[in-house]
Amino acid sequence: MTPLARKRLNKITLNTAGVLVFLFAVFPVYWMVSTSFKANDQIFTTDFIPFPTHFTFEHIDTVLTDGVAGNSIWVYMRNSAIVALGTVLIGSAFALLAATAVARFRFKGRTSFLITLLIVQMIPTEALLIPLFLNVRRLGLYDNLLGLIVIQVGLTLPFGIWMLRTFVAAVPKSLEEAAWIDGASRFTTFWKVLFPLVAPGLVATSIFSFITAWNDLIFALVLMNDSTGYTMPVALQFFFGQRGTDWGAIMATSTLMTLPVIAFFLLVQRRMVSGLVAGAVKG
Amino acid sequence: MPSWSIPYVLLVPGILVIAGLLLYPMIQMVTMSFQSISLRVIRGVAEPKWVGLENYTKLFDNDIFWSSLRNTIVFAAVTVALTLILGTAVGVLLNRLSRRMSTFVIIGIMSAWAVPPVAQGTIWRWLFDAEAGIINWALNLLPDGLSTLVLGRADWTAQPWLNDAWSVYIVLVLTVVWASFPFVAVSVLAGLRGIPAELYEAARVDGSTPWHTFRKITFPLLKPVFAVLTILSIIWDFKVLSQLYVLLNGPTNREAFNLSLFSFAEAFKAPPKMGSGAAIAVVLTIILLVVTAFYTRQMVKQEDLT
Repeated sequence: MTPLARKRLNKITLNTAGVLVFLFAVFPVYWMVSTSFKANDQIFTTDFIPFPTHFTFEHIDTVLTDGVAGNSIWVYMRNSAIVALGTVLIGSAFALLAATAVARFRFKGRTSFLITLLIVQMIPTEALLIPLFLNVRRLGLYDNLLGLIVIQVGLTLPFGIWMLRTFVAAVPKSLEEAAWIDGASRFTTFWKVLFPLVAPGLVATSIFSFITAWNDLIFALVLMNDSTGYTMPVALQFFFGQRGTDWGAIMATSTLMTLPVIAFFLLVQRRMVSGLVAGAVKG
Repeated sequence: MPSWSIPYVLLVPGILVIAGLLLYPMIQMVTMSFQSISLRVIRGVAEPKWVGLENYTKLFDNDIFWSSLRNTIVFAAVTVALTLILGTAVGVLLNRLSRRMSTFVIIGIMSAWAVPPVAQGTIWRWLFDAEAGIINWALNLLPDGLSTLVLGRADWTAQPWLNDAWSVYIVLVLTVVWASFPFVAVSVLAGLRGIPAELYEAARVDGSTPWHTFRKITFPLLKPVFAVLTILSIIWDFKVLSQLYVLLNGPTNREAFNLSLFSFAEAFKAPPKMGSGAAIAVVLTIILLVVTAFYTRQMVKQEDLT
């Protein structure tokens, strides 16, 4: 074989491998989306129907109007969004303050704080379910979305601080010192100099917190009692076990729950990865 | 405000949250594992009863605990290994594809990574559905002889994958590997792009084989990335809960429990045994802290923490 032919063959092999990886990754997602647009006769069949030729909005319509467990899916979407946004707003503010403290100041207790931060990230959050459940009940926040927000802030904060401090540390100190010399107050320096430069990092950590809170099943499952307070992952469980499994409705709901996250991921893909790895590799 | 106090003021909310929502509950969890917690305690009208090691001794006598422990460890080992191997292979592949092609594949794998765990569960449960699932359809396409030879049977019609613990775990491994290899691939790719091209050039001139190049250049340079990816995968895969919950349709099939689900079932299924659930959580936490201790030490040493 000539070198040129070998090179071409090599390229074909690589591209084929690439396409196979793509298909393996995308097919299940595609199958979810396409099932949600198929009429029931094309869902409940032992044949392979690659495209929804009997295209229908029936399932989307059903989950949005009839819904499940007595409420439209909109209610659960709204609850999920409240919890995720609440977590992001409170969590980012706290994370930014703490990240500034550890990245900008040398103080007694700093090392202990960072080590604690590292170790608490190793605790499986699911293990804290039982005590957190009892505490939330005692505080009267049981069956209240606020309780869920508080818990999610706790679960996402250590990583948020850990990741954000690298972004704060990357802003040259001289910028703040210049503002300082020009007579800006501490607050102005923080707000006008540091904050805009850390904003991209803040977006990355916010999206991480948003997704963690959006995806949570188990805390919402034990902390929310009344069905009007369920989040999407909890609501999804109620489609199973009704007479027969309504796969069209399940896939439609799964699609509605997944699309916002995919959009976020594609938006900040590069930053997410570098943030996760950099935050963990060398800070 | 004196300037020495600024960092402490900035840290107040963070410390309160971490202490109140993570450290204190952890102490509570350990305490509760030595207590019996009745419904009256949960309602807040009675004090928990101290029972010493009873929760633990009962647990170690329970077959479900041992099968959960086995499921947790074997699942984590298999899944972490497969995720890292597949992810690295795809990362290396992405690095060799043209810019256009690699963007295309990255968009594809990112969409798998983005799927929320609960939806991952519903999707794969649907793919493996006994009656209308596409996996059984695809397996029936295989030539009968080949199917019998490799998989031990020819007819896959209505094969109920989610009934037995072992086949549930096959589905679970697939689900989690599918959803987590993209992160490994994209991280490895980011690492590879940081390696100077001259190194590979030099290796090529010296006549190094691809495998040799990988072992002598790529792997050593990416070691820190691999260390992080391994630890993150271990942390994630040891406590997989949402996907298993969906595949099993809740805490039903006890043989297929892992430690997270077992703890959840003990604590929240009637009759609630919160003390026993806490004891399981303690075991899980200890395993994770031990497994990750080496890494934590390395990080503390490496980091500019002081």
